[in-house]
Amino acid sequence: MKYIDEFRDGAVAQGIAKAIAAEADPARAYHIMEFCGGHTHAISRYGLEDLLPANVRMIHGPGCPVCVLPIGRIDAAIWLARQPGVTLCTYGDMLRVPGSQRLSLLKAKAEGCDVRMVYSTLDALKLAQSLPARQVVFFAIGFETTTPPTAVAIKQAQAMGLGNFSVFCNHVLTPSAIAQILDSPEVRELGTVTLDAFIGPAHVSTVIGSRPYEYFAEEYQRPVVIAGFEPLDVMQAVRMLVRQINQGRFEVENEFSRAVTRDGNEKAKALVAEMFELRRAFEWRGLGLVPYSALRLKEAYAAWDAERRWEVPQDSPPDNKACECGAILRGVKKPTDCKLFGTVCTPENPMGSCMVSAEGACAAHWTYGRFRDLENSE
Amino acid sequence: MTLPRRAHPRPLDIASGRVDLSHGGGGRAMAQLVEEMFITAFDNDALNQRNDQATFDVPPELLTGGRMVMTTDGYVISPLFFPGGDIGSLAVHGTVNDVAMAGAVPLSLSAGFIIEEGFLLADLQRIVLSMAKASKDAGVPVVTGDTKVVEKGKGDGLFITTAGIGVVPPGVAISGDKARPGDAILISGTMGDHGVAVMSQRESLGFETAILSDSAALHTMVAAMVAAVPGIRVLRDPTRGGLAATLNEIASQSGVGMLIDEAAVPVKAEVMGACELLGLDPLYVANEGKLICICAAADADVLLAVMRGHPLGGDAARIGACREDSHHFVQMRTNMGGNRIVDWLAGEQLPRIC
Repeated sequence: MKYIDEFRDGAVAQGIAKAIAAEADPARAYHIMEFCGGHTHAISRYGLEDLLPANVRMIHGPGCPVCVLPIGRIDAAIWLARQPGVTLCTYGDMLRVPGSQRLSLLKAKAEGCDVRMVYSTLDALKLAQSLPARQVVFFAIGFETTTPPTAVAIKQAQAMGLGNFSVFCNHVLTPSAIAQILDSPEVRELGTVTLDAFIGPAHVSTVIGSRPYEYFAEEYQRPVVIAGFEPLDVMQAVRMLVRQINQGRFEVENEFSRAVTRDGNEKAKALVAEMFELRRAFEWRGLGLVPYSALRLKEAYAAWDAERRWEVPQDSPPDNKACECGAILRGVKKPTDCKLFGTVCTPENPMGSCMVSAEGACAAHWTYGRFRDLENSE
Repeated sequence: MTLPRRAHPRPLDIASGRVDLSHGGGGRAMAQLVEEMFITAFDNDALNQRNDQATFDVPPELLTGGRMVMTTDGYVISPLFFPGGDIGSLAVHGTVNDVAMAGAVPLSLSAGFIIEEGFLLADLQRIVLSMAKASKDAGVPVVTGDTKVVEKGKGDGLFITTAGIGVVPPGVAISGDKARPGDAILISGTMGDHGVAVMSQRESLGFETAILSDSAALHTMVAAMVAAVPGIRVLRDPTRGGLAATLNEIASQSGVGMLIDEAAVPVKAEVMGACELLGLDPLYVANEGKLICICAAADADVLLAVMRGHPLGGDAARIGACREDSHHFVQMRTNMGGNRIVDWLAGEQLPRIC
């Protein structure tokens, strides 16, 4: 496959692995957080940890939009699906995520709620057109990547005068989450967690550009390399970060130059700015309340806001007390440090955020890498 | 007064008629449907006797140490027609293959139809004719059957259940618990064709691929393989859950681990492309005309040659080996040179969003 195979070349990967091994200083450790679930997935799926020297450790960050959505918002979506006349549609991987009382949208569907999987916001609009007698609610989730398509759908609904379409908005912002992690006491004050560098998001950065990370690099003195989601992208980013750390630099570098510019997609950014405003705070599963970290529709678009159309419950039921997701997302703990991991918490029965989607740190480790724990212990 | 000579003075209105509740009611309408639709299409001695069961002679192999196998499978696929097949041909191939995976020669099939009221007779005929063709091509007749009609809304168009029986030749004992460390793992061709062909037809997906389902009856390939190497340990067709689920089933049944090589698993470029777009992993996508064979390492080359010599096995490949592992992990050496687990699927494979 053109433009894919080039970035999955095993021989090139081995070459980069050799270069990393040669450049990494054996006298020190390198703690690199990949923020995005897409990177976590690539690292696990391609077994990239096997290609890195032992002193280069990857820490899986909170960048999976499915994982970080709190239980309360899942409950709210299920509540919406149960309202008379409502057809709730969303992206496939939201369907299995458990809310309170072990419910999920998939289980609500089995109860008789009208829940549909869509591949795009366009599908959601088409659904609304084809079901004029029903209220079609799009359960919108995702980072800056999926916000513009939601905006476009609302614009189109407005143009078509589609009154039976609305959006349950859960779009969140990447930079606020990175700041929250860097500001956490373990990282900033106690120094118990070392985060030497970041691999910056791929798809998110195509929209917001590389400029927003310049503040982190400068303020927190951490190098950032924006990288694509293919395995060679990740390997090359690790090499660039090792080099920056060795040289004492903390700059924003762009490995994903085939898709990311400094200023991103101006048209998409303008559309989002026109239609959405910041929420004062939003709960992230695993991180807690993060200030100014999520979006909601502006008053001018209230007609398409499901939270204004219905009295959507705003509860926030807590996660299981033994769940260590919060600490895992900040790099304080590893999945295997959690008592629930692999015992009661598995991808079939996820208890915490990191296990709910294949891109979560715990699910990725369980699904692709748990043989390593056994090799270590045996 | 003149009595009509025929039981059904007017033939079924195939062109524009629909199945209604009377077609399952046990009266003349049902008799007519059975006669004009099913018996006409499947046409064989056992069925033509028009009894509620088929009777046949004991196969001679049973008197010399052969054993019988029996299997059943329900077909609920949506859409009913897909590139490379339909629910009818699938219902024959799937059950013939389940019999064949015991190393058996399939003898005959039964077919149960559950039809939703309002189903187009034209569609039913198209499916039944396709099923009859698949059965004739495979040389495995449908010898008995059943028809039920359910009220509108109580079925999804059409469900078909087929059962199959067959005979395992003397000396052949193929089973999912027979894999041993050191055994070779072979597959008969490219992975994921059926699943992608079906998904490309689902209404919400607007892309058209040139991918055809691989739906096919594998029993002649199996017969050639068993003739060459009667000591084959395991045969299984990687249908739902794809290669990944089937290897995990065998690993846990046999109590072994497995290591496969990603580069050795054949996947068509178009299938890979569709999987990229949909966020799917071809290792988990269904096949309907492929088999996995586990055999002693020394037999692998002979079996590969037999498979490649068969029209359905041109892309056969040796993809890995079984090994000692108390955890029964199926692991894969990736193209990048790292290792990872190829795990059971958690729930249904749903596309990732980003």
